[in-house]
Amino acid sequence: MKVLVPIKRVIDYNVKARVKADNTDVDLNNVKMAINPFCEIAVEEAVRLKEAGAATEVVVVSIGDKACQEQLRTALALGADRAIQIDTEQKLESLHVAKLLAKLVDQEQPELVILGKQTIDADNNQTGQMLAALTKRGQATFASKVVVEGGKAVVTREVDGGLQTISVALPAIITTDLRLNEPRYASLPNIMKAKRKPLDVIAADSFGVDLAPRVTLVRVEEPAKRQGGIVVESVSELVEKLKNEAKVIS
Amino acid sequence: MKILVIADHDNGALKPETSKVVNAASKIGSDITVLVAGANVAEIANSAAQIAGVTNVIVADDAVYAQQLAENTADLVVELASGYSHILASASTTGKNMMPRVAALLDKSQISEIIAVVDENTFKRPIYAGNAIATVQSNEDVKVLTVRASAFDVQASQGAVAINSVDSAVANTTTEFVSVEQTMSERPELTAAAVVISGGRGMQNGENFALLEGIADKLGAAIGASRAAVDAGFVPNDMQVGQTGKIVAPNLYIAVGISGAIQHLAGMKDSKVIVAINKDPDAPIFQVADYGLVADLFEVLPELEKAL
Ligand SMILES: Cc1cc2nc3c(=O)[nH]c(=O)nc-3n(C[C@H](O)[C@H](O)[C@H](O)COP(=O)(O)OP(=O)(O)OC[C@H]3O[C@@H](n4cnc5c(N)ncnc54)[C@H](O)[C@@H]3O)c2cc1C
Ligand SMILES: Nc1ncnc2c1ncn2[C@@H]1O[C@H](COP(=O)(O)O)[C@@H](O)[C@H]1O
Repeated sequence: MKVLVPIKRVIDYNVKARVKADNTDVDLNNVKMAINPFCEIAVEEAVRLKEAGAATEVVVVSIGDKACQEQLRTALALGADRAIQIDTEQKLESLHVAKLLAKLVDQEQPELVILGKQTIDADNNQTGQMLAALTKRGQATFASKVVVEGGKAVVTREVDGGLQTISVALPAIITTDLRLNEPRYASLPNIMKAKRKPLDVIAADSFGVDLAPRVTLVRVEEPAKRQGGIVVESVSELVEKLKNEAKVIS
Repeated sequence: MKILVIADHDNGALKPETSKVVNAASKIGSDITVLVAGANVAEIANSAAQIAGVTNVIVADDAVYAQQLAENTADLVVELASGYSHILASASTTGKNMMPRVAALLDKSQISEIIAVVDENTFKRPIYAGNAIATVQSNEDVKVLTVRASAFDVQASQGAVAINSVDSAVANTTTEFVSVEQTMSERPELTAAAVVISGGRGMQNGENFALLEGIADKLGAAIGASRAAVDAGFVPNDMQVGQTGKIVAPNLYIAVGISGAIQHLAGMKDSKVIVAINKDPDAPIFQVADYGLVADLFEVLPELEKAL
């Protein structure tokens, strides 16, 4: 079984994004970048499936400019077998990403594609579901447990009311939630080994997908700032303030 | 301009999110249809028909929609989509699961989790864990949108409008429901509660959440948690508040033993009044708190319960 894992290079989750002074976008100059955390969980899951003998090959793919090769190398160091960079300078919408991935799925024919549930920059939470629709495959989103057996994936999903378990026929699309696993750290020998693993570059244009923007970013601004609060000295002062000043309890 | 709103429900009752999505829809236009897809949902369709601003309700009542799996509910929406300029659903896990499929099948870019309607083509949405607000304009002829319900008010009610059924039972050939483990609680739902009290890693274990329960009982509050508390197994996953969990905006949010990471703030910083209880005076949660209490939670929680 081949597993394809799409990963995205994003701002490190510890860094607070700053809005550019001209309000055109967020400022990513000299900002620490990393693999999107949910994608890292996806890589870990694929590598574990391989270690358990359920998967035979783990292929990672990232769509972006040359810089995302850094994240692809990290994924290779975490245990992926080979990497593909789909090269483009353009800022893409989830629909574009899903269309490019659908073409790649056509070529590579993976039985399983594992994506993150959402990127922590765009916060879209769309690509996996779109890819499933475009490839006519079943989907299991927000996975906190995956068991692959007998031509299907039995997946436990984190939903608003608790946990739902579904069974999806392979080939299928899975997106990861936080509790699926705890990603490992890359060891130094594995980082060295990753440098020799194959990394192919394919031009995004070569897929024949229409990548024209459909949504225009008009403006980016800081969220409304909260007024500074006060420190209370005691529980009784807190209760008094909540009753008489904030008037949120009676 | 015709707007289609997909109702959010758990087969038992219509979720208040639906009314808030109708509120968002009413800022776009006035011809609003609500689709209720599920099994044995006549009562739910009735409730939807009574949300002010709804012009009619379509109900697809069939066993195939019982679990609202994305594959066939999305196909159903696509089947009904013709003629609508906007299709909206709440950004609940059900909406997030289904709507991008609808968008892809219609070949449209989706705009996720809008928090404001600027005009029929232009919307605001948080990005980067809410550290920036983007204004985006869709050039699509059909806009597929999910709505952050906490950013919109509940609509008033009206005399019920017409309900029409469709008997289109789209089968789901790829995905089967196996089981569900529902978190049972007598408390109000996190996303609908007027008061929320949340515990973090500082609670140390699941048993200690009992300290929050006494207070929640007195305030009629829902109980939430940070990711660290969920990951450590103190409480179930559906209690997680934050960027990648539930988004809440109650009148009063009390954060106990929570440091205030950006991902947590993203889920609660639009609350009207924020209280933080933390023993570390430098915890970032104090930067968003209206009232901060620097103290050991194990000392002050029993005191707080008594004082209420
Ligand atoms: C991709 C991604 C998504 C994430 N999504 C979310 C999300 O949706 N929601 C979320 O919450 N987090 C999320 N996180 C995690 C987030 O980054 C933080 O790790 C998490 O919020 C920390 O939880 P905490 O505040 O409970 O724990 P900690 O940061 O460990 O803080 C514990 C606090 O308790 C205080 N404390 C300890 N003992 C006591 C005591 N006796 N009395 C009083 N105070 C005490 C400490 O001073 C400390 O401030 C996400 C992270 C990533 C990478
Ligand atoms: N540029 C990209 N390259 C590769 N994978 C991506 C890219 N953008 C999104 N994805 C995948 O889609 C998931 C969800 O992204 P999104 O729908 O943008 O929130 C991510 O976690 C990735 O697995």
